Amino acid sequence: MTAAEGTLPLTAEPALTGGEQRRSAGGRPARPAAADAGAPAPPGGAGDAGRSAPARSAVIERPARHWHTRTFRWPAVRAFLLSTVAYPALGIAVLLALWWLGGWAIASNEDVSAFAGFAPAPAFAALGELVASGDVWGTIYPSLYRIGMGLLWAFVIGVPVGVAIGLSSALREVTHVPFQFLRMISPLAWMPIAVLAFATWDGAIVFLITVAAVWPVLFSTAQGVRRIDPLWFKVARNLGADGWQMLRRVIMPAIGQDIFAGLRLAVGVAWIVLVPAEYLGVTSGLGYAINDARDTLEYDTLAAIVVVIGIIGFLLDGLCVSLIKRFSWRQAD
Amino acid sequence: MAASVSVDFITHTFKGQSAPTLKDVELSIRPGEQVALIGRSGCGKSTLLHMLAGLMLPTEGCVHIRGHMVTKPSAKWNMMFQKPSLYPWMSVRQNAELGLLFAGRRDPARIDALLDLVGLADKADANVQSLSGGQQQRVALARSLATSPELLLLDEPFSALDAFTRAALQDEVSRIARQEKLTLVIVTHDIDEAVAMADRVLIMAANPGRIVGEMAIDLPTPRERASAEYSRAREQLMTTFDGLVGDGRSTAAPSADTQDAEPQRAAA
Ligand SMILES: Nc1ncnc2c1ncn2[C@@H]1O[C@H](COP(=O)(O)OP(=O)(O)OP(=O)(O)O)[C@@H](O)[C@H]1O
Ligand SMILES: [Mg+2]
Repeated sequence: MTAAEGTLPLTAEPALTGGEQRRSAGGRPARPAAADAGAPAPPGGAGDAGRSAPARSAVIERPARHWHTRTFRWPAVRAFLLSTVAYPALGIAVLLALWWLGGWAIASNEDVSAFAGFAPAPAFAALGELVASGDVWGTIYPSLYRIGMGLLWAFVIGVPVGVAIGLSSALREVTHVPFQFLRMISPLAWMPIAVLAFATWDGAIVFLITVAAVWPVLFSTAQGVRRIDPLWFKVARNLGADGWQMLRRVIMPAIGQDIFAGLRLAVGVAWIVLVPAEYLGVTSGLGYAINDARDTLEYDTLAAIVVVIGIIGFLLDGLCVSLIKRFSWRQAD
Repeated sequence: MAASVSVDFITHTFKGQSAPTLKDVELSIRPGEQVALIGRSGCGKSTLLHMLAGLMLPTEGCVHIRGHMVTKPSAKWNMMFQKPSLYPWMSVRQNAELGLLFAGRRDPARIDALLDLVGLADKADANVQSLSGGQQQRVALARSLATSPELLLLDEPFSALDAFTRAALQDEVSRIARQEKLTLVIVTHDIDEAVAMADRVLIMAANPGRIVGEMAIDLPTPRERASAEYSRAREQLMTTFDGLVGDGRSTAAPSADTQDAEPQRAAA
C-alpha cells in the first residue's frame, strides 16, 4: 500500500464542524466540534438564552479590566526599577566601598603602603589610561581567542561524548571511573605535559582551558539526555524517525538548554584557568599583563586588569545566560 | 485504509523475569473494527499494545498487520499514549507534521485539514505548553493521523482528562476512526470508555496476561450515553468482567490511582 493510497479525504468533509450532521446522525443535541469541553462556552452561544442578562454584564466588564492593565501601576514599576536598577547599583556600591576600605587600610599601614595602587581611585585612573591608549584591547584579544578556542574544543568534544554517555548506560559505566579520575586532576597539573606536548604556548594554553572546560559541558549534556522523557523517543520512533532524525529533531532540541548551562559553568572554570595558564611563556593576554604589572610594581595597572577580567567574565556569563534562554523550551514558572 | 490485525500466540517474558507477562495471546481484528482491551492494572495491556505497534517484540509468536509481520515501528500503525508527549520546542503545527517531516514529505494542506478536524485550526502556531490537556491530546491525535495510519493504538489516551473532555474526545476519536476507516485498538481502565467506543471488548486477566473473554457491543454509533441500551451494555460488561477476573468486589473500573503503579520515569 502506497502513501498516496493512504491519504484520507479530509478536505472533502466540510460538514464536520457543523452540528447539523451530528444531530441527524445521533438525534442528540449538537455540540460544536471545535469547542473543547474544558474551555468556557462562548458568551451568547446556544443554550445561553435563559441566562442572557449575566452574560451581557460580563461583556461590559471586560473593557474595564483591559483598560486597567494598561494603566500606570506604581507597585509594578517600583518592583521593576528595584530589580533592574536599585539592587544591582547597591551591590556594586557595596563592592566599591569594601574595595575603597581595603585601599584605605593599605595606604594607612606603613608596611604595605607601597601597594596603595590597589585602591579604586588609582585603579580606575590606570584603567582609563589603558582604554584611552587602546592597550587594553591588545591585552584582551589574545585571552579571548584562547578562551574561545578552548571552549570550542570543549564543545566539540563534550557534546558528542555527553550525548553518547547519556544514551548508553554501558558506555556510561565504562567511562565513569576514568572520567571522574581525569576530572579531579587540576587542569594546571597538566601544565608541564601541555608544554611538552604542544609546539606553541598558545596551543598549550588552549589545551589547558579545554581540559578544564570539557567536563561541565560533557556532564551537563549527558544529564540532559538522561532527563529526556522516554516517551519522546517512543513517539518519534513510532512516527518513523531514524537515528539521525532522532538526534536532530528530538535529542538536540531537548538538551539545548542543558548544553549551554554546561557551557556557562565551563566559561567560569575556563576563565579561572586562563590567568594562571597565561603566566606560562606567553607575552600577551590578561594573565601575562598581571604578571608584568607585578614585576614592574605597577599595582594600579594590576588592579585595572583585575577589573577588566571581572567585567569580561561578567559579560561572557551574561552571553551564556541569554543562550540558555534562547534554547530553553521550559515555560517560565 | 483500515488494516486487519492478527496476533498469533504471543508469549512474552521480560528480561530477568521468570514468569511470562503475556502467555499465548491470540486475537484477530477485522479491518475498521474498534476494539477495546480492558483488564486490571499490570495484566499486560500496554505490553500487548507495544507489540502491536512494533515498539516491543514478543519472545514467542508474532503479530501480523494486513498480512505483514511486525518487526519494527512504523508510521502505518500509530500509538497514542496517556500523556500527549508533544515536543514543547515545536508549535502545534510542527508537532502535527513531524511524522511527515520524518518521511521527507510536506503537506501543509493536510495538516491544516487535520488541525481543523481536531478543532485546533486557530491554535496552529501556539506553543503546545499553553494548551489544555484535552487540546494537547488532540494535537497528539492530529500527529498520529498525519501519516495516514491504517491502525491506531491508544493506550489509555484520555485517562488524564476531566470527564467532559474525555467523553467529547471518545466520541470524536471514534467518529474520526470510522470516517477515516482506521482500525482502532484502545486500552482502557474505564468500562464506560469501552462501551462508548468499541465494537468489541476484549477482557484480559493477569498472571500470566491473557485474553479470557470478549463481548460485542452492538449499538449504533455515535453511542447515546443516556440510552437504556447503553446502560444495559455497560452493566453486562461489568458483570462479564467480574465473572471472568473479579474477586467479588466491584472491580469494574480500577480508578486513576492504579495508574501510578506504572513505572513513571521523571519527565524532562
Ligand atoms: N520494561 C519492563 N520490564 C520488566 N517488566 C515490565 C516492563 N514493562 C512492564 N513490565 C511488567 O509487565 C506487567 C504488565 O505491564 P503492563 O504495563 O503491560 O500492564 P498494564 O496492563 O498496561 O497495566 P496498567 O493498566 O497499570 O497500565 C507488569 O507486571 C509490569 O510490571
Ligand atoms: Mg498500561
